[in-house]
Amino acid sequence: MKKKIVEVKNVSFSYGDNKVLENVSLYIEEGDFVGIIGPNGSAKSTLLKLMVGLLKPDSGNIYLFNKPVNEFKNYNKIGYISQNAREFNKMFPATVEEVVAANIYTKGILPKRIKREEREKIDEVLKIVDMDKYKERKIGNLSGGQKQRVFIARALINNPRILFMDEPLVGVDIESQNKFYNLLNKINEEFNITLIMVSHDIGVISNKVNKLFCLSNGKVYKHDLNKDMKINLKDIYGENMNILFHRH
Amino acid sequence: MLEYEFMRRSFVMGIIVAMIAPTVGYFLVLRRQSIIGDTLSHVALAGVALGMITNVYPLYTAILFTVIAAVGIEYLREKYENYAELSLSIVLSAGVGLASVLTSLGNTQGILSYLFGSLSLVSNKEIILVTALGIIILATILILYKKLFYMTFDEESAYLSGIPVKAINLYFSILVAVTIAISMRIVGILLISSLMILPVAASLIIANSFKKGLLYSIVFGVISVIVGLILSYYLNLASGGTIVLTSLILLIITIIKDIKK
Repeated sequence: MKKKIVEVKNVSFSYGDNKVLENVSLYIEEGDFVGIIGPNGSAKSTLLKLMVGLLKPDSGNIYLFNKPVNEFKNYNKIGYISQNAREFNKMFPATVEEVVAANIYTKGILPKRIKREEREKIDEVLKIVDMDKYKERKIGNLSGGQKQRVFIARALINNPRILFMDEPLVGVDIESQNKFYNLLNKINEEFNITLIMVSHDIGVISNKVNKLFCLSNGKVYKHDLNKDMKINLKDIYGENMNILFHRH
Repeated sequence: MLEYEFMRRSFVMGIIVAMIAPTVGYFLVLRRQSIIGDTLSHVALAGVALGMITNVYPLYTAILFTVIAAVGIEYLREKYENYAELSLSIVLSAGVGLASVLTSLGNTQGILSYLFGSLSLVSNKEIILVTALGIIILATILILYKKLFYMTFDEESAYLSGIPVKAINLYFSILVAVTIAISMRIVGILLISSLMILPVAASLIIANSFKKGLLYSIVFGVISVIVGLILSYYLNLASGGTIVLTSLILLIITIIKDIKK
């Protein structure tokens, strides 16, 4: 049996009086490629932030690698790509190399020089995401898809076991999206990194992941995409959405 | 020019301030917090006024006030999560209100020298204090450089990589406060934020990496102060204003050069 590495148990969360998650429970196993979808305002990003400990639930418990998330300190095991990361402007003066190197030596007070092995590691992860030719480029001058690949490289530098991504493909064209999914499949299968990705684009993501969590009205619906199935999206997205068939 | 003791002092203080103001300003600009400079400088004015009416060295009271204000801003920022800029307006109002009341309470004639800067009044005591604090500020920014970079770039990911974001934010706010308090003698309370922002604005146009961006900001700051001080000496102009206008000219030259490219 596969190991559960993320577990959400009876979690509720509100913004003021607005309860956005109600008694949500789910688990994610090692090696999964999970999509979290739902309409705007369905608390997809909130759920992701709760899982990594950026937000605290009103009630319920969350476990990362069997440890309560507020006690989890083994930061190297997780990679996180936030929504904010793609929002900085063109002028932000940072090279691709600087962005990737930021994730080395984040602990301790005194700074350490980056050693030769780490420089090689930077080259290696940039090669994996096919961005090695852009090392000296300013991050702000890259396209949306290229930036996301750099952020993946930044996470990979620490050999994480799990990667959380918050809507990485907003504003990214279809061709770059496909390239991005190919990369995700590669790191999921070759490096056995568990992937959890929030997305608003159900059509694309449902063809790629093996587990899908649909959020609607504070509840979560799990769809295991290993067997033939269809889900009635009218219940979640309203009457305008047709029934969508998943790949199986 | 350098045969005069006060000019030698001015250059020493000026160069220290020229290095720390853009260094701190660089991170503020990139975190979209450049207005914090204006807010804290108005609070510094209240501190100076208090020092004058209570006969305490004004630099000490200014540092005390700006540090309290910086910590207050951090606290209010959490309170008004979605209206973070409100925290700056609240503290700014408090600073200006307090400054105007305090100046009416006693003899605060010398306050003009703090508003626009007055190098001729710089004492040895001030030089020692400013040098010591300047070294501490630069050294800690150097030590925290990588963490500050990560936080500036993406605070959430920085937190999840194990960086103590909250503590560093608070510490950085205190550095900003101290920088403003010790810079006021050189460029004056009303112009400090310009020295924190203008060299950075010029640097951002030409920098193609984070490290170079910081370096260029410092270089622009130092050039502005040296050229500004020389011009103000020979043309008999106000030093603070001349320094700021020099850095503005540097910015304009950089923009024109960039357009021509």
